[in-house]
Amino acid sequence: MPKVTYIEHHGSEHVIELKTGMSVMEGAVKSGVPGIDADCGGACACATCHVYVEDGWLEKTGAKTAMETSMLDFAENVQANSRLSCQIRIADDLDGLVVRMPESQH
Amino acid sequence: MSDGSIDLRAEARAKAYAMPLEDINLADTELWRTDTAWPYLERLRHEDPVHLHPAHHHPDGAFWSITRYVDIMAVDTNHEVFSSEPSITIFDPKEDFKLPMFIAMDPPKHDVQRKTVSPIVSPANLNLMEPLIRSRIVKTLDELPIGEPFDWVDRVSVELTTQMLATLFDFPWDDRRKLTRWSDVATGGLDSGLFTTDDPESERRAELFECVDYFTRLWNERVNAPPKGDLISMLAHGEATRNMDRMEYLGNLLLLIVGGNDTTRNTMTGSILAMHQNPDQLCKLQANPSLIPSMVSETIRWQTPLSNMRRTATRDFELGGKLIKKGDKVLIWYASGNRDETAIENPEAYVIDRERPRNHLSFGFGIHRCVGNRLAELQLRILWEEILPRFPEIRVLEEPRRVPSVLIRGYASMPVVIPSRNAVLAH
Ligand code: HEM
Ligand code: FES
Repeated sequence: MPKVTYIEHHGSEHVIELKTGMSVMEGAVKSGVPGIDADCGGACACATCHVYVEDGWLEKTGAKTAMETSMLDFAENVQANSRLSCQIRIADDLDGLVVRMPESQH
Repeated sequence: MSDGSIDLRAEARAKAYAMPLEDINLADTELWRTDTAWPYLERLRHEDPVHLHPAHHHPDGAFWSITRYVDIMAVDTNHEVFSSEPSITIFDPKEDFKLPMFIAMDPPKHDVQRKTVSPIVSPANLNLMEPLIRSRIVKTLDELPIGEPFDWVDRVSVELTTQMLATLFDFPWDDRRKLTRWSDVATGGLDSGLFTTDDPESERRAELFECVDYFTRLWNERVNAPPKGDLISMLAHGEATRNMDRMEYLGNLLLLIVGGNDTTRNTMTGSILAMHQNPDQLCKLQANPSLIPSMVSETIRWQTPLSNMRRTATRDFELGGKLIKKGDKVLIWYASGNRDETAIENPEAYVIDRERPRNHLSFGFGIHRCVGNRLAELQLRILWEEILPRFPEIRVLEEPRRVPSVLIRGYASMPVVIPSRNAVLAH
């Protein structure tokens, strides 16, 4: 199973194995990794699952939908490597993915 | 206090299931004032979740009621088909006194304005405000009488939300109740009992103009002073906002006043009521105060301070097998979605340690999702962090008086008594 590393804002790392097809958000929530709220449960409708994708991985996480772009637009401290983690589906080529959490979710 | 309300509820349930479906009218204020809308919502969820009400159910005409969690989510996240213009309430806007507010705008205008306001209520900025908000909450709680009945709504909920707004705006402290009044005036109907002359419309307008003038004065003061951290100063000096026209400035201020006022106020009152009705949950919280954030989310779900939002269809759209026509008015009933047993386990119960307490509809979802949600949660959290060490019990003495509104689920008054103070803090 692909492994994803979640790094909290203050630096704590969590390495979690995810089944393919799961989202990066679900991986965190199901394993109790703090820093991702996911208020809408993955409907791309709350932007409280904001993460920064580590260098080199962004392209592999796929393209953003128009809705994700709109929702991300309202998140705090958005950067070029920002994604909503409920919109990243785990596939084998994402084994080793690293995402960082923002200071807070708004 | 519970016997009368139980009768009323049983009666409402019998009635809701006996009447023909097409006679159910969710726009009937009485259902909300008496807190008896629940069985009607339940029946619609089960029997006709995308329901068209006939024109005679509301002065502004026919409307759809969407009552299931998944359908509400589908509408809320489809802002292209379900527009927030021209209004987000069941009432159509009055032509002669229009305040532009981004809550009732579609992209791209909505997006630009939301982005200017959002940083003010971001978690990072709220961290800076937290000590001040806390010290004011502490003062208010320490001044409450012990063993003597008082109205929780006026003494605590209204007072604290008003203080919070005054803090946010750095509004002249002694005038702060003006904020409450303007919020009431901006949202209250002409028949709300707020106005005392036979020309309520002129009265309302005069008060709103007073509000414009007051805030214009504050703007002028702040624009001529060095920038500081309050909202008005931020707007007056902000790149994207300093050239806002006057009505737009007022519209956005009023949006924050109105958005942050009733909703948070009624959740504060609701939290006391919920704990009074569920003493086991209070024990759980007292034993484990780290449940406060989860309890806050559960209270916001349980209360659902805004029972619905309105959208208007921009084109024909099929939802749940029904054809919603271009131009139709659509109400998404958050109050119903938050009680939908297919989305939330045991939704009738107040459970402060639910598995996923944040997955509720009370803040809406999609691009209009409440921008002030963290501020609301912060105030509720601090309130309870300060209540727990002080008061072992806050006893509700009678059924609260509810606000007669189809939109705002709230309380006009709620008499309580605090029997005693905890020993450690009694100084
Ligand atoms: C428990 C408390 C609160 C509840 C239940 C609540 C509920 C809501 C809901 C349901 C919406 C979505 C409207 C829509 O979809 O059309 C909303 C939007 C909004 N709320 Fe809140 N609110 C609360 C507290 C606050 C506070 C404290 C503030 C201000 C500081 C605030 C300011 C706003 C604003 C400005 C919007 C418009 C957002 C937009 O259109 O993009 N709210 N609120
Ligand atoms: S969980 Fe809500 S946007 Fe990702």
